[in-house]
Amino acid sequence: MRTPTMPDLLSYDFMRSAFIAAAIVAVVASQVGYFLVLRGQTFAGHALAHVGFTGATGAVLLGVTPLWGLVTLTVASGIGMGLAGERLAQRDVAIGLVLALALGLGLLFLHFFTAYATQATALLFGNVLSVDTATLWRLLAIGVVCLATLGVIARPLLFASLQPELAEARGVSPRLFGALFLAVVAAATAECAEIVGVLLVFALMVGPAATAQRLAGRVGAGLALAAALALAEAWGGIALAYYTDWPSSFWITALSAAAYLAASAAPMR
Amino acid sequence: MTPAVRLDDVALMLGGRAVLAGVNLEIRSGEFLGVFGPNGAGKTTLMRAILGLLPASRGRIAVLGAPARRGNEGIGYMPQSRANLPAARLRGFDFVAAMVRGHRLGLPLLDRAGRREVAWALDMVGAAPLARRPLADMSGGERQRLLLAQALIGRPRLLLLDEPLQNLDPHHQMAVVAVAKTLQVELGMTVLFSAHELNPLLGTMDRVLYLGGGQAAIGTVADVVTGPVLSRLYGSPIDVVHVQGRIFVMSGGLDMEREAHRHEHDRAHAHADHA
Repeated sequence: MRTPTMPDLLSYDFMRSAFIAAAIVAVVASQVGYFLVLRGQTFAGHALAHVGFTGATGAVLLGVTPLWGLVTLTVASGIGMGLAGERLAQRDVAIGLVLALALGLGLLFLHFFTAYATQATALLFGNVLSVDTATLWRLLAIGVVCLATLGVIARPLLFASLQPELAEARGVSPRLFGALFLAVVAAATAECAEIVGVLLVFALMVGPAATAQRLAGRVGAGLALAAALALAEAWGGIALAYYTDWPSSFWITALSAAAYLAASAAPMR
Repeated sequence: MTPAVRLDDVALMLGGRAVLAGVNLEIRSGEFLGVFGPNGAGKTTLMRAILGLLPASRGRIAVLGAPARRGNEGIGYMPQSRANLPAARLRGFDFVAAMVRGHRLGLPLLDRAGRREVAWALDMVGAAPLARRPLADMSGGERQRLLLAQALIGRPRLLLLDEPLQNLDPHHQMAVVAVAKTLQVELGMTVLFSAHELNPLLGTMDRVLYLGGGQAAIGTVADVVTGPVLSRLYGSPIDVVHVQGRIFVMSGGLDMEREAHRHEHDRAHAHADHA
């Protein structure tokens, strides 16, 4: 039997689409994730992903593209969470309840739409190999909006994340920027869900960013490293899935966890 | 000369409780003022009011000759340090740099002037060697220096330092006090320095401000740190004992400042354990 080579890997349309989609999402997720980890709000990000499940299944029920349902509901929840204040966005119990309720509601919506069991699996665990051209454009559009917004708020957000009291004293509203940021997180979460599913958003958003923060002492270097890691993990995951026929989401999570463990084990400078 | 801060019949409310009620005082431009008082007496609240983060429920607060307002770049602020710092691997330089023009929108990129500003601030507090080290590897005293450097960004004229000696051993306490004194003398800054214990600041501060029971007393150590004045503020009989150049504020045989300090310490440790 002939081992597949790189040209093989890219000879199918769906593989090319998968690599492009993964690249867009990896870059967006890693940049958003860097700030998410810096702010200690990773759990909030996780909850937003679950809310996305409700949005997506609700959209399916209404006959709308799941991605839009995902984006609409996550962004609305993100802004709500942010406006409710930093404290709430970091409160484990409240977030955990929202998370469970969101999954439960999503399940209920699916119950009304029993024919779509595969759709549920795709939403929960992602299916990067089924990304079509229209989805690619949607991912690109959302990704550009995410990065542009993040670029505009990056400086005050970094300031408010590292020194909330000082930022407030200088006239930066931690609440306003917290809400704007969670809206960006929500949109990025919806993107991630397309690749790794709502349950595994951590793999692309938190994994690379947390790894990069363990290794890089500068903000710029950390952001660049997070992007490189996310890209390598997403592409590596898809390639490994192609060769092994195991799910790509599994490989991406495995690579993400492996990179973080390796970084943790590495001696600190 | 315009006073650095002026309070006219000021009342401050916090969660329905009157922290200050009808306080008049003037903080002189260029002075080093020690701010003391029992826990909850309003040291932090007063600083937040000066920063414009808490409006006075009565009276007027003037800061550097203008009404107190949020985002006043003439004020440098060092908040009470938290037990857990985010982004532990971040370098000292980047931590301080996040402050430079931090209120403006855009990417957190520094131009040459910005980098010079950070280097200057680090230098002023003797933290230049910390620039390349990650926060996680720093001692409490070193982190306090970084926070002090951050407060200097933008070259403020008024410096508010909230409990900078908290959780520091005596050696590091002396170093932080010395740095604050340098800033006052060399840069002509007005320094408000809140603390639990009087003694580390004796000989360094020009005057003291004692808060308690909604009231305030400002003046020299000799005028303010006396049994009658403190008894009035604390609302209970207080003895002030002088021993070999040191001053102890006692209530019923207990050293009040040490007690308060010990509780703070316990709390900080509880936090650290929790984290």
